[in-house]
Amino acid sequence: MAFFFQELVNGITTGALYSLVALGFSMVYGVLRLLNFAHGDLYMIGAFVGYFVIQWFGGPSALTIPVPLLLVIMFVLAAGLAGGLGVAIERFAYRPLRDAPRIAPLITAIGISFFLESSALLLFGAQFRVYNTSDFMSFSSGIQIGSVSIDSVQIMVLVLGLALMVGLRQLVSRTRLGKQMRAVAADREAAEMLGINVNFTIVATFFLGSALAGVAGVMGGLLFNQVTATIGFIVGLKAFTAAVVGGIGSLPGAMLGGLLIGLAESFITGYISSTYTNLLVFAFLIVVMLVRPSGLLGQAQLQKV
Amino acid sequence: MSLDSQPPAAGPQVGADEWVARQAHRREYLPSWLGAAQRRFERTSWWPRLAIAGLAGAALPLLGLGGFQLQVGIDALVIALLAVGLNIVVGWAGLLDLGYVAFFGFGAYGFALLSSGQLGSHGIHLPTVLSLPIVMIGAAVLGLLVGLPSRRLIGDYLAIVTLFFGEAFVEFTNNVAPHALGGPNGIVGIDPIRAFGHQISTNTGYYYLLVIILVLTMAVLRLLDTSRTGRAWRAVREDPLAAASMTIPVNRVKLMAFAFGAMVAALAGTIFAAQQISVFPTDFDTPILILIYAGLILGGAGSIAGAATGALVVMIIYDGLLRSPTDSGYLFYGLILLTLLVKLRPWRRLGAVLAATAAFGFAAHAIAAAVSASAVAGGSQSTGWIATALRDWVIVPAKAVVAGNYGFVLLVCLLIALVQVTGRWRTILLVPTIYLASFVWETRLIAEPAITRQLMIGAILIVMMNSRPQGLLGARRVEALT
Repeated sequence: MAFFFQELVNGITTGALYSLVALGFSMVYGVLRLLNFAHGDLYMIGAFVGYFVIQWFGGPSALTIPVPLLLVIMFVLAAGLAGGLGVAIERFAYRPLRDAPRIAPLITAIGISFFLESSALLLFGAQFRVYNTSDFMSFSSGIQIGSVSIDSVQIMVLVLGLALMVGLRQLVSRTRLGKQMRAVAADREAAEMLGINVNFTIVATFFLGSALAGVAGVMGGLLFNQVTATIGFIVGLKAFTAAVVGGIGSLPGAMLGGLLIGLAESFITGYISSTYTNLLVFAFLIVVMLVRPSGLLGQAQLQKV
Repeated sequence: MSLDSQPPAAGPQVGADEWVARQAHRREYLPSWLGAAQRRFERTSWWPRLAIAGLAGAALPLLGLGGFQLQVGIDALVIALLAVGLNIVVGWAGLLDLGYVAFFGFGAYGFALLSSGQLGSHGIHLPTVLSLPIVMIGAAVLGLLVGLPSRRLIGDYLAIVTLFFGEAFVEFTNNVAPHALGGPNGIVGIDPIRAFGHQISTNTGYYYLLVIILVLTMAVLRLLDTSRTGRAWRAVREDPLAAASMTIPVNRVKLMAFAFGAMVAALAGTIFAAQQISVFPTDFDTPILILIYAGLILGGAGSIAGAATGALVVMIIYDGLLRSPTDSGYLFYGLILLTLLVKLRPWRRLGAVLAATAAFGFAAHAIAAAVSASAVAGGSQSTGWIATALRDWVIVPAKAVVAGNYGFVLLVCLLIALVQVTGRWRTILLVPTIYLASFVWETRLIAEPAITRQLMIGAILIVMMNSRPQGLLGARRVEALT
């Protein structure tokens, strides 16, 4: 039973990470109806930013600043850079195609993903960069409940992930910007006619979504300990799964989907075999898509004529 | 002007506005013999063009291509075959199939299992006349199965499901049944193509086989395109609802597109496996898919000739030219000059930009050399006369890698800025951008051909979609107002 609870904790932690990536993905889909294939690569950029921040302040074993400050700098910088990059991508590649046939922005998104990945390969090389989290954040300290241990990195990821999700929920449901986002998602033209600055709303959505991916990238670096140029693709794919399983465009759906994917992955790895993890996760998605194309929490879209 | 466009007498087609369809009559032609050749080319109808292209392809090895060039040709033809098949699904039926490469893999693995020592104690060694139909029919059935979601899933959802199908295929071949599929080690020792007592064992043989198969496939697809089914595909692409109300069975038509695309991909996979003698899961991963898409998009989705030409061009650049520093240098500087030549009018402006760029470079080099000797110590990595010409122009510092990386980031920023500004500022900004592009090329890109190739593929997709979504050879589609 202890093994079960341990896997549960691990699953929830990775699930929180996937949820954050899936949230940004789902937000962008909500306002633009665009599958942003480049979203996973923003996660990768965030992870690299975190790595270079650690190196900048003396490396993992000889930090020149206190750990909490380091974490804050890592998260803020990763969020800012990934968010800025997301905005630049929107401005440069997606905005001219806003009224083009649906297939055009999708193919552009694939191109951007490929371009970002090869750029990272060019700039940072193909080797694995190691965070060495254990050198500055002890994995042994944490909470011990019975035989289940939750280490400090996991606690940090869970708390921050939860805080960000709650914050996002408040932002979307309470603030003026959130209202504008929902209006644009519901009907862009009508929103424009009612005087909402659609371009600004879309840019803000891109910034927020990409920043979440950047934060998740740093979390991923701390949790999984290594970064390389190609990690974005597989995490992006898992986040798609999460967003789609939960119901694309629905924010609670993205959180639920991320959690489900994290749990499924953790339990499949723990109880069956790690070789089949990805295969089973993909099969799970295909089944969900066939049975309930709108996802678990999504609403079936009526075809407008 | 599309290679596929009908002669004017045939009138407008589905998805093409009459005014656009007749645009050829309102066009200006190039001066002198170029214009005559152009007119001549446009008067030639589709079939003679295919025959000429096929004969030209068949004549190429007679020019004495070496082993490397022949292999590039074979790879290019395989990708062209795949792009032509993808065109059915994406270009005609308008379904975004991101799992297409899995059908290619299915064909290759199917053929490998049926014609190697992999299964059973002695293996199965079917002749190709038997194994090829089995594999193609199997792929068509698989295509129907994967296409089934397209009945319920619209647009983006279909893209996701097929993307996962493609990923699942790679995971499957990597992990499931390692004895039969070989896991990451793949299947080796595959029989060559054998039929009617002959077998193809040389690369020249495979080259000719591929030329013949590509021409035949294009011919069949042309017939299909102009048939009832082809019209139905394009009708479904333009507006499924309108198509359904015209009694077109939308679901069946979509499934047919999937099945036909899968069959062509499996055909390509069969030849690929036989020619390579081995198959590995990584041969069928996402980069290949993106390569096929890049070819299709560059040539123009929706046009058979466009898909084939685009894929050939992309592959010859990707696989052939970018591997040799001299050739890739010609390609890089040639492409910059060509773009400037096409985009910059009038001539005075072009001359001014070129002169300013040259002056800018020499000035920058002189200043950098005066400030610090190590700033220009690296030397150009180009070879031949390009290096001689650029020696005192482009700065290559001693720490070329670091400087090149910063230059790359700056170049991307400059390119984004270049698109945002207009008028005089764009012309002014063009000068440092060209110089910086050359700087990044000399310091970094030329030494990393593998990464440069991938950057190029990504850039093709982004730039083509933003500047010319119909591709180089495709006809512009007229969007119906909704």
